[in-house]
Amino acid sequence: MASNKKYWKSEIELQEGNPLVDQIRQNEFPEEIPTSDFLQQEETLAESSTSRRDFLKYVGFSTAAASLAACKGPVKESIPYVVQPDRIVPGVANFYATTIADGFDFASVLVKTREGRPIFIKPNDRASVLSHGNARVNASVLSLYDKNRIQGPINQAGEQVDWSALDAAVKAKLDAMQGGSKQAVILTQSYASPSMKRLVADFAAAYPFVKHVVYDAISEDAALSAFDKKYRERALADYDFEKAELIVSFAADFLGDWQGGGYDGGYAKGRIPKNGKMSRHIQVESNMSLSGANADTRIPLQNAKIKIALAKLYYKLNGSTVGGGEDSAIDAYVDAITEEIRQKGSKAVVVCGIQDEDAQLVTLAINELIQSEAFDAKAPRYIREGNVNDLNRLMADMKTGQVGMLITDGINPVYSLPNGQEFKDLVSQVDLSVSFSFLRDETAESTTYTAARSHYLESWGDVELKKGHFSLVQPVIRKLFSTRQLQDCLLSWMGNDQNYYDYIKANWGETVLQGGSWNQALQDGVFHAGANAEGLVSEVAAAIASVGEETTPGVSALTVSLRSLMNSASPEMELVLYSKSGMGDGQQANNPWLQEFPDPISRASWDNYITVSKADAERMELVNENVANGGLNGSYVTVKVGGVTVPNVPVMIQPGQAPGTVGLALGYGRKSGIQAEMQTGVNAFPLYTAFDNVQEVSLTKESGMHEFACIQLHKTLMGRGDIIKETTLDEFNTEDAAVWNPIPQVSLDHQEVAATSVDLWESFDRSIGHHFNMSIDLNACTGCGACVIACHSENNVPVVGKQEIRKSRDMHWLRIDRYYSSADTFAGDDEYKDEISGLLGEDGSLKGFGKMEDPSANPQVAFQPVMCQHCNHAPCETVCPVAATAHSRQGHNHMAYNRCVGTRYCANNCPYKVRRFNWFLYNNNDEFDYHMNNDLGKMVLNPDVNVRSRGVMEKCSWCIQMTQKSILDAKRDGREVKDEEFQTACSAACGTGAIVFGDINDEHSEVSKLKKDDRMYHLLEHVGTQPNVFYQVKVRNTEEA
Amino acid sequence: MRKVSHRIQFKQILRLFIITFLFNATPLFAQDEAAVEPAAAEASADLGGDPTAGKQLFNQNCAACHALDRNMTGPMLRNVETRLSEEQGLDREWLYKWIRNSAGLIASGDSYANQVYNEWNQVAMTAFPLLSDTDINNILAYTAYVPPVTDGGGKGPITELKPVEPGISNEIILGALAFVLAVLVIMLFTVNSTLRRIAEANGIDVERVREKRTPIWKAFAQNQFLVFVSVLFLLLSSAYFAYAYMSQIGVDQGYAPVQPIHYSHRIHAGVNKIECTYCHSSARVSKHSGIPSLNVCMNCHKSIYEYKGTPEGPSAEDLANGYTNEFYTKEIKRLYEAVGWDEGTQSYTGESKPVKWVRIHNLPDFAYFNHSQHVTVGEIECQTCHGPVEEMEIMYQYSPLTMGWCINCHRETNIKVADNAYYEKIHAELSKKYEVEELTAAQMGGLECGKCHY
Repeated sequence: MASNKKYWKSEIELQEGNPLVDQIRQNEFPEEIPTSDFLQQEETLAESSTSRRDFLKYVGFSTAAASLAACKGPVKESIPYVVQPDRIVPGVANFYATTIADGFDFASVLVKTREGRPIFIKPNDRASVLSHGNARVNASVLSLYDKNRIQGPINQAGEQVDWSALDAAVKAKLDAMQGGSKQAVILTQSYASPSMKRLVADFAAAYPFVKHVVYDAISEDAALSAFDKKYRERALADYDFEKAELIVSFAADFLGDWQGGGYDGGYAKGRIPKNGKMSRHIQVESNMSLSGANADTRIPLQNAKIKIALAKLYYKLNGSTVGGGEDSAIDAYVDAITEEIRQKGSKAVVVCGIQDEDAQLVTLAINELIQSEAFDAKAPRYIREGNVNDLNRLMADMKTGQVGMLITDGINPVYSLPNGQEFKDLVSQVDLSVSFSFLRDETAESTTYTAARSHYLESWGDVELKKGHFSLVQPVIRKLFSTRQLQDCLLSWMGNDQNYYDYIKANWGETVLQGGSWNQALQDGVFHAGANAEGLVSEVAAAIASVGEETTPGVSALTVSLRSLMNSASPEMELVLYSKSGMGDGQQANNPWLQEFPDPISRASWDNYITVSKADAERMELVNENVANGGLNGSYVTVKVGGVTVPNVPVMIQPGQAPGTVGLALGYGRKSGIQAEMQTGVNAFPLYTAFDNVQEVSLTKESGMHEFACIQLHKTLMGRGDIIKETTLDEFNTEDAAVWNPIPQVSLDHQEVAATSVDLWESFDRSIGHHFNMSIDLNACTGCGACVIACHSENNVPVVGKQEIRKSRDMHWLRIDRYYSSADTFAGDDEYKDEISGLLGEDGSLKGFGKMEDPSANPQVAFQPVMCQHCNHAPCETVCPVAATAHSRQGHNHMAYNRCVGTRYCANNCPYKVRRFNWFLYNNNDEFDYHMNNDLGKMVLNPDVNVRSRGVMEKCSWCIQMTQKSILDAKRDGREVKDEEFQTACSAACGTGAIVFGDINDEHSEVSKLKKDDRMYHLLEHVGTQPNVFYQVKVRNTEEA
Repeated sequence: MRKVSHRIQFKQILRLFIITFLFNATPLFAQDEAAVEPAAAEASADLGGDPTAGKQLFNQNCAACHALDRNMTGPMLRNVETRLSEEQGLDREWLYKWIRNSAGLIASGDSYANQVYNEWNQVAMTAFPLLSDTDINNILAYTAYVPPVTDGGGKGPITELKPVEPGISNEIILGALAFVLAVLVIMLFTVNSTLRRIAEANGIDVERVREKRTPIWKAFAQNQFLVFVSVLFLLLSSAYFAYAYMSQIGVDQGYAPVQPIHYSHRIHAGVNKIECTYCHSSARVSKHSGIPSLNVCMNCHKSIYEYKGTPEGPSAEDLANGYTNEFYTKEIKRLYEAVGWDEGTQSYTGESKPVKWVRIHNLPDFAYFNHSQHVTVGEIECQTCHGPVEEMEIMYQYSPLTMGWCINCHRETNIKVADNAYYEKIHAELSKKYEVEELTAAQMGGLECGKCHY
């Protein structure tokens, strides 16, 4: 049988008979245009100084003026190159392989450039590690064209200085410090760069007083230290989730930013049911994270309890007795998890996101114990290098005046350190401080000089993402401004006349390539030392083996860790700091795409907020309410951690938030050097004491309500519930597809028949030529949103700003709907049941069972990307009075903007709510001062796609410019189109393979195979629109093994 | 516009007459190749070679880098042999070696060879091992040849203009016609006055008869049907003209803006028959035809530093427009200035001034057009849309570039499917469906909105 779950998008929808919900369901445009108000008011009309006659005069005059003005076209100038570069042909895109390594995001990517301008970022298919970017990586191309960028070096007062002056100051200081007792410290982001390491060593050889300290704004120090203790290397264990049949995650948001992220590709491969098998995912966490949303079983727990559970799991797996920490609820979970891990044995894997060295050590021990195949300690990841001890020592040294020079690069510690203000004061005591910054941020304001830093798309570099997996960073555009990268400066300061490119090339020739070709590596963007470095790997393996022997007596150390975990005490309220898919650690806060990017879970944009569980919210009298136009408002609270207070943080009630915890995203609240519109949210870094993302917190309610720009309630289902289809693995394996994926029935001549067999229309013949279809696998989609940003950059989607988003006027062509559901059976319910003691009171059964009936306590989540469904029988086409939208033989639903007069009938008639109306002119308009309002930001626009004007409807075009290009390339070469050539921006950007695009008339194409899959279904099939986008039923592995 | 051009034409005709008259009055002089030949043949004995054959060889092999009277990539070559023997004491044998293998000569350590090599930016001269002694002799003869001075100050090419034979002049015909017309008018008046006189004589009062009739406007106003029809007609015709006027707004057919450098497509594509895609190379692979970058101009204009005109010289029309050889040469100098080419040192100064061409063909942003689709895949001649570019002295927009114009062509044009594996399957299936031999672009889907608008 089909799942009879109830799906909802917003908690408010669960309230029976709420008039607002009905209103929003019935009205496509919740905000009425107030014409009737105006016209009905006699006085207003009488007061108006413009009489009807005048009005007509104005109209007449402006029409005449407009038509006269239109008679003469402007003179357009074309300026060709003086000397055209060989590789650039105007109108033809070039692709370059490079790597983003901004200290937080690391990925091998391909950059599309047009006439020398990078405009689009997509995965590098030649890379085997971190081969695709998330939303932030895809959006980083816009950060390159940030109009707030520093365009040359400046001094503390913000005045432009020459590079030569800066160089001279640094060199003089370095020479003066020679032989002295003071240190010069280079404080950088994580580079994971072999050449950078060598360069710093060379630099320190020339100036022995130089120290290099690495700092991560969001620290993985605990995991690094734990790995260091166990394997004698500061690195992060790597995991291959494709190999795992059971994934148990303790607060690790591995589909988000945990340990550098990028695990979603492997995870998704294991999640697609093949031969009746798919991986099972259990998530134990406090906040509702992306990973938790994708889990089969999600257990919301306070962080302290998660630690205890982790320790208990080790004891149970080890077969030893559990000492202390009696908690029957946790025991039940741990027993169940232990049982499942035992059954899967080495096919299971445990990951842990708790910033606690003990927890990380225990996790490593568990994975060793079960000999997990997915766990890889031999070739660990290097993409986090931050060292908290080093940083603390640096601050101590700065306090005692031992630091004579400080150079920061790629970081903003004054903003992102918990004690940023203290750091700022200390910087002012350093004789010479230089920050390599992109914007005039908080740190740049406090240093003697700010060196304008090049964007990674303008820089050279190399990265060792994972042992043996190297990646190159190459510039894809000439430097836009007078900027430099730190590495070039270091070379020049130490008197080396090489540039960093030569330096990397020489270094690779000596150490990395081992006979491989530099040019090939540069073209591929990646180099795998695998085949050539066998000796190296076996050496490491031997080293690890020996370490393993050594640690045998160290079991006692593990016992210490376990005991300390068992002793974790639960505070009354825990604050769990996290990073959002859109904002990360906040370095791209000035990027309007990312600000407007809706959070995958809360669907809120332009904000961060405290997420609380419904129970806690009720207890503290915190409310979320929807106002008449559907906009969401929330209470304010003051957040207090230790001595630090952050006032007026808005509250968002988050289904699935573990009671006794609240969440708050880092990366918001930046003020310095960024545009006023982007100064959103509150800065949570001051609460990030001791780099621990879990803090004891107290909240106090404040007066006033915060206005969210949350598209949660937008475009509701209009009461149609079968838009998401899901089933369990058990049902999927045992039952016929008709049971879990039934075709909706409609009545024809009083007979129930399949909806697909009834048609009001003459069908259009699409059997000849290409017929495009798109498959979206709900099992593979993790909801990360990389596709949303890819769509923005490919299709020149405008940014509309917070107020417009609040009015449901978002322009996203592709949205990822997030649905909560109440499960038929809830593992999470056990938690409440076990917590119940007695009849009355806080933990009494009366209240407890009441809670259990509340479906929003721990909902299951489903993500569904929805773009224009490109219906063969599109309802929008029939209602357009000017035939601006029409179908094609190839399956596209076309939209001719120049023909559209903006009646919006089509949007009203679209059952999928995928059409977007341009309420305003979003380009060259100071009211919308985003990238389309300045020359620099406009460089990111795709010249193959129209920039839409006010008053026209727009929607997903299925990237027709891309399919057109693939076809044209084939025609020019006189060959057939290869299946993999057909892509859209979203399918190209999708790292999990959830979105597949292709030609179903080509029977060998992947998409035509997917169309025959049993899991295939169309959205709202009974409407008879025959969409060309189809979905694959979501299968949950909820059956415990 | 039209009026102006008429005036220009009239002026041109006038000028033509004057010139014709002048030339008819002075003795004609024509200097052509044939006249040079006998003199050169006579001279060949003295020069040790045939300068006519030498000229041909020179143009084929040397002219890319050398000129007779100026330094280019290589030194000027007028009287090169004499100068060499006088200044360096080198003979023809040395020249044979140098021309056939200059690199070898340099390598052998020859002092003058090395001196020349270093003086000319260490660019080795291309070796011509296939030139025989006779060939080189001929070339040297050409470099030494001085064309005999002829009388009459006939320096520079002078156009031989055919006197314009008016035949039976238009003027005469027009005059006759005007005369006939005048006679007719006079006759009309005479007849009219005669009739009037007859009427008066018969006692009929012409004026009184007139007064009886209602004025025509009143009659018109009283006839409601007529008023209705006329108003209808007026409205319809004004609507028609308004529509016609408005539908040509934004249609810039014939748009021929003045460009910063007077570039003549007639000379390049017409006279010299340069392929369109030699300069507009991206038309083959890109959506843009591309305005050629200045380095493409310099491929030829490094050696073509002046305009020498066609053998027959500028036409009277050109002269009337001021398109003299000097005019064109000046435009080439403008190119040099823009690209930063120093003629003296034959090198780039690095100071360039990019040329701001005025764009002629402006498609609106919402229309997507791809040149390579039409040029490479469709194998459509550039002239189909751009008109007789090879005849355009000043480039202008030939086609209206309206959607109707695009669509008409898509309806009428068959797709080139031969030898294109992409089309094999779809063409077979579609032609079966439409029951035609050849498919038009429209049948292939070329009328779908989204093919051009997204």
